Amino acid sequence: MAITSTFSADSGDLVIAISGRFDFSSHQEFRGVYENVDVKSGAYVIDLANSSYLDSSALGMLLMLRDYAGGDEANVSIINCNNDVKKILNVSNFEQLFTIK
Amino acid sequence: MGKVLNYFPSPAKILIVDSNSSERCLLKRFFLEHSYIVVDAASGRDALTSFKKHRPDIVLLDLLMSDISGFDVAVRIKALAGDDFIPIVFLTSLQDERSLVRCVEVGDDFLAKPYSQIVLQAKINSLINMRNMQLTLINQRDEITNYNHDLLQQQDVAKRVFDRIAHAGVLGADNIKYHLSPLSIFNGDVMLAGVSPTGNLVVFLGDFTGHGLHAAIGSMPLAQTFYTMLKKGFSLREIVREINITLCEILPVDLFCCAFIAEINFNNCHLRVWNAGLPDCVIYRSSTREVVKLASNHIPMGINETLNFDATVRVYEIEPGDRLYVWSDGIHEAQNSRGDMFGEDRLMDVFACNSRVENLFEEINTAVDHFIGDSAAEDDVSLLEITMIKADLFKLDKRAALNSDGLGLKDWRMRLELRPETLKSFDPLPLLLHILMNVPHLQPYGGQVYTVISELYSNSLEHGVLGLDSAVKLSSVGFTEYYQHREASLAKLSKGYVIIDLDYSGNEEGGDLKIIIEDSGVGFDYQQMLCEDAFKNQFSGRGIHLIRSLSQSLHYAGSGNKAYATFVWSD
Repeated sequence: MAITSTFSADSGDLVIAISGRFDFSSHQEFRGVYENVDVKSGAYVIDLANSSYLDSSALGMLLMLRDYAGGDEANVSIINCNNDVKKILNVSNFEQLFTIK
Repeated sequence: MGKVLNYFPSPAKILIVDSNSSERCLLKRFFLEHSYIVVDAASGRDALTSFKKHRPDIVLLDLLMSDISGFDVAVRIKALAGDDFIPIVFLTSLQDERSLVRCVEVGDDFLAKPYSQIVLQAKINSLINMRNMQLTLINQRDEITNYNHDLLQQQDVAKRVFDRIAHAGVLGADNIKYHLSPLSIFNGDVMLAGVSPTGNLVVFLGDFTGHGLHAAIGSMPLAQTFYTMLKKGFSLREIVREINITLCEILPVDLFCCAFIAEINFNNCHLRVWNAGLPDCVIYRSSTREVVKLASNHIPMGINETLNFDATVRVYEIEPGDRLYVWSDGIHEAQNSRGDMFGEDRLMDVFACNSRVENLFEEINTAVDHFIGDSAAEDDVSLLEITMIKADLFKLDKRAALNSDGLGLKDWRMRLELRPETLKSFDPLPLLLHILMNVPHLQPYGGQVYTVISELYSNSLEHGVLGLDSAVKLSSVGFTEYYQHREASLAKLSKGYVIIDLDYSGNEEGGDLKIIIEDSGVGFDYQQMLCEDAFKNQFSGRGIHLIRSLSQSLHYAGSGNKAYATFVWSD
């Protein structure tokens, strides 16, 4: 489990990459990477290319980020999901809350 | 707890044991000058007596004594001290290495005579510090043990209350089987089953984010809202809406509840289901062995106050013998020792391999248990099976009359005219049920009366005021369409009315309730009801068969837009 964050050079979006299992153990760390960070573009990108699994607390953490980023106005996209991860997001119909690519 | 507490009582108490009285006096004076509490003893036996009496913090012990050797005294003192670390420093003039090694083995340190007072004080201070740390540790250990004990006790009490609230209702009914396995004492899953006043069975399975207490906390208001509203006759839509609003209000942003709710109407063999975030649940058709998947098509509850219930609720036709299977992701995510998950494919294999449907529930449990083997289940595994049965087999327990003193609405008439703005947004049935529950002696029949009124009311609203065609409902796809259509028409409603006229008189021997429901619609060809076949085929959508079976008379007047039903009861 590791979380890294970078600013995208062209868009200025905050890109948060999560590798390994995305679950409750990453709670503090996940919050730490976006809180008190000034994201000029206001857009957040969660890169799950190296994330094999997420549980319901991870979904909760995504909701916290969404809330932090402005709730219904938030611009949060989730990218590079594998099939298992995509299925978990689909069951909860999170495509209604996030842009899933 | 960030702060390390100093449990050590100051000043320290020192026991000085020396058979030589001048040495003893010297040491005594020295430690008194340095603010110690000093007790002393001149022999081994005295030392043990004094130790028991004064319980010192540290012992200075002469090695060579006439009655008991210093080593033996040390061993006994250590035994008396037990868990408590009471340092022993030997005072000795012996020089051989073996004796000195023994001093450290039996006691904690030694000081060779003649000793320097500065070294002596440094050693004592360092040992007292060690004792302080050890005391702190032991006290913290005891505190944690006590705290944990209290916590478990509190959880146990809370759990008993929780179980009564969250797993109550009619889960014990003959046609329901269920399994809940708590990961910790509390379960993140909530399973509810209740019966509406019309006799419909409503089941709810919710899976809160996470486990344990924080997951369980949301299920208390959820369960109470569920049972209270169900009992008062609110519709599934209103119940779901209210639960969702409650959860949005009380839960932190990252806590939500994946939910599945189903309403089973045993009278017309319809099942309405709504899945918000749980894995595909299943209807298992007993006659064809077909597995119908009920996929989630809504975001979980507690996230967004706006719900899209009508567009996402699904209606299925069911036959007696069909079974509904509801589960949380605990089954899918149950892991074996290699970290593989049970998954949906294995679950579907259990269905494919089943030969006797009455064993299916146990087969699912066994397959999951067998798969996980010795590794403890990672999530809360919850499984619910409901068997569809004929309406007359699904019996409700007749609750003791709430109002048995005979007071209340004994002789009355009311007329309620509902106009478009009310029809659009208000369900009058809970209000009417509330009134009927205040009629003495009628309470045992409340459910039947409520069914008659609600069937007549929905006929008037849907076919009369909204002009919907019940023929659409003949297929299950049509059923869903029908309700979406109903919602759209209601939203646009600008004219029309439904009048509900109730006339009651009765006493403890019996009574009758006349129900007249009139609407602004064009009516229907009620004369055809006289022809039994036509009534069966064409008007099945109006629930007339059901109304007739529950009331003493049913007839229509005008163009068919005015229905008269009479409910008579006698003891």
